[in-house]
Amino acid sequence: MKASKVMRFRQGFSLPLAGLPLLNYASFQKSLAAEMAQNARVASYFGMPVTEGVEIYAILAHDWDGELALLRTRVKDSFASLTPQFPQLHLFERELAEEFGLRPEGHPWLKPVRFHQPWIDAADVWGRPKGEHPRAGDMEFYRVEGEEVHEVAVGPVHAGIIEPGHFRFQCHGEEVMHLEISLGFQHRGLEQMLVGGPHPTSLHQIETAAGDTSVGHVSAYAQVLENLAGIEAPPRALAIRALALELERLANHVGDIGGLATDVGFLPTASFCGRLRGDYLNLTAELCGSRFGRGLVRPGGVGFDFNPELLATFAARLPKFENETRGAIELCFDAPSVLARFEGTGKISADDAETLGLVGVAARACGLVRDARLHHPFGAWQGGFDTPVIEVDGDVAARGHVRRREIYASLALVNQILKRLPEGPVHQPVGPLAPHCLAVSLCEGWRGEVVHAAITDAQGRLARYKIVDPSFHNWSGLALVLRGQQISDFPLCNKSFNLSYCGFDL
Amino acid sequence: MLSIIRERLRQGHRTGKFPQIEPQLPARFRGLPVLSQDLSPDQRQMAAASCPYAALMDHPQGLHVDLGRCLFCADCPAQQSGALTFSQDYRLAASRREDLCYSDAEYRLAESLNQRMLKLFGRSLKLRQVSAGGCNACEADLNVLGTLVYDLGRFGIQFVASPRHADGILVTGPVTKNMQSALLDTYAAIPAPKIVIASGACAINGGPFCHSSEAHQGIGDLLPIDLYIPGCPPHPYTALDALLRLLDKR
Repeated sequence: MKASKVMRFRQGFSLPLAGLPLLNYASFQKSLAAEMAQNARVASYFGMPVTEGVEIYAILAHDWDGELALLRTRVKDSFASLTPQFPQLHLFERELAEEFGLRPEGHPWLKPVRFHQPWIDAADVWGRPKGEHPRAGDMEFYRVEGEEVHEVAVGPVHAGIIEPGHFRFQCHGEEVMHLEISLGFQHRGLEQMLVGGPHPTSLHQIETAAGDTSVGHVSAYAQVLENLAGIEAPPRALAIRALALELERLANHVGDIGGLATDVGFLPTASFCGRLRGDYLNLTAELCGSRFGRGLVRPGGVGFDFNPELLATFAARLPKFENETRGAIELCFDAPSVLARFEGTGKISADDAETLGLVGVAARACGLVRDARLHHPFGAWQGGFDTPVIEVDGDVAARGHVRRREIYASLALVNQILKRLPEGPVHQPVGPLAPHCLAVSLCEGWRGEVVHAAITDAQGRLARYKIVDPSFHNWSGLALVLRGQQISDFPLCNKSFNLSYCGFDL
Repeated sequence: MLSIIRERLRQGHRTGKFPQIEPQLPARFRGLPVLSQDLSPDQRQMAAASCPYAALMDHPQGLHVDLGRCLFCADCPAQQSGALTFSQDYRLAASRREDLCYSDAEYRLAESLNQRMLKLFGRSLKLRQVSAGGCNACEADLNVLGTLVYDLGRFGIQFVASPRHADGILVTGPVTKNMQSALLDTYAAIPAPKIVIASGACAINGGPFCHSSEAHQGIGDLLPIDLYIPGCPPHPYTALDALLRLLDKR
């Protein structure tokens, strides 16, 4: 492999498109395989229509080098699927098929992802009628045939206050042989709406890409725009972003542990954590007026600053919350009846997790050290991050323990950030974006790595904006862990992943 | 067992005293907008043009704000130009779409159901929630109503699993094309008479996705709405206040 075929870079820079090698597909395939052989994984993979077909951008993460690798090729109508060789590409290639009518030849599981019409004037890969909106969930589901085999279909409307999605179980008695998950019900056409921007509405749309990860997604978005504008947010702003990201992690992790306790009927932790989650959300609201951090992170910095009174509020509340959080959580992980349900349930091996390209909590629960704060430091973490949490069992208990320990780690980080809050401004104007450039940014949201990539046109407007929520990688993990489980353990397994529907559907 | 009891005593009793005692909201909370009345026609026009969601309208009688469109943005351009300020008032619910548009007159808060409906649902209201393209923030803050702080159950209100068990439907999200038929099917499965609640900016008018070709602009042209709960997302107290008003408990 010639080194020039692959562009290696770190996040934080924008790359002029003219300098990016354009490979023919065979060479792209070979280079990609070579990168993957050197422990790379797929962080993002997307198409951009050009006059002559569609350009495919592959963004691979070399975690232990702290580097990203970029490969580019151009295809028309069809290409040889790489999914058989690299299963973690399966959804990305299905996206390319759905968005641009490109047929990945030899794809073993070629089904729609989000159920929308092609973005460009191209024939539908599944032969659905042109000009008609496809029906969500209208696809061939994998079926197991046999005596006493039955199928259970759940959703899109679920039993609680939950987002919509469709789950199709193939069962033999209680045992699940296969689960297929069909999403797209929340598809709002987000990436398409960002084209031509940034528009005045873009920021609010990014904030609601996944409403429980507003800080994570807007941080990634702000980093991309700052890279393209060639500026850096002031240190105080970066510290406040880092703090808000940890508060978001705290609220969601605490809520998830409460959810896990609910699903095994351990009510004390369930009710304590439900309340404590709200306390962390209210702390975020003290900072920016919104429990979900809306309006806080802004390209160029942050929209709200700490004053002495607010610092005092944080200092007064945090130790109390920490104390009560520890009490609520330890109770649950101390109870043999709870552990008996958590341990060994919904297990995934490190090999499978690696093959599927899992990220975030789910990956760290089976021994994979994957944390963008450590490997691809952004914002305040460029100064160093030393507390990645790893568990090795890969089951519900391990995913619970990762959250439990990350809660304690985040509490320490929040205190540390507050103690060392740099002085100075919290915002810097963002100038025009560089034309014909590409920028990629990673941010470790509470579920895992949020990856945003942007390509600008000749006027410096967004020609393509690609969002990868951690859920996009991890839904396949949930489907896999259900194999061989009892169907009644689905809620518990589901909660242990707690993935986003809208972050996937966009 | 003993450690559970000890922890229970330590965590204490946390259910709020709402509605007898008003909640303490963060100082930076953005509630009901208050419009500035001494604006020149030019300033009004500029303020109206500055909102990317067309939540502000320049009427001859003065500037109007449409809470069905307003996202209560932290960087509201009209706020920056002095045309409005956000108050701490979390009470935002309305009974009619037109009531959500207001200027200087007192904001007309939601009214209770009529006597017949109150007799049926006043003491026990079961709701089916459908998320139709939401971002999970509205859903998350509705789920919160079930926690011990808000304890929705003490008011006789409950979210139920089946539309067949429900007296009404609460919708979040702009209604994506992919969720429209599931939403209408769920509504149809609820026995009449039934209540429809639009919760959040998306369900009322499409919210941040009002210009999307993949989504409707809320449920206004799909279902007959009885209660509008503005916000992006509505604060749990905004939603709780709305539900209590509907049942004549505030």
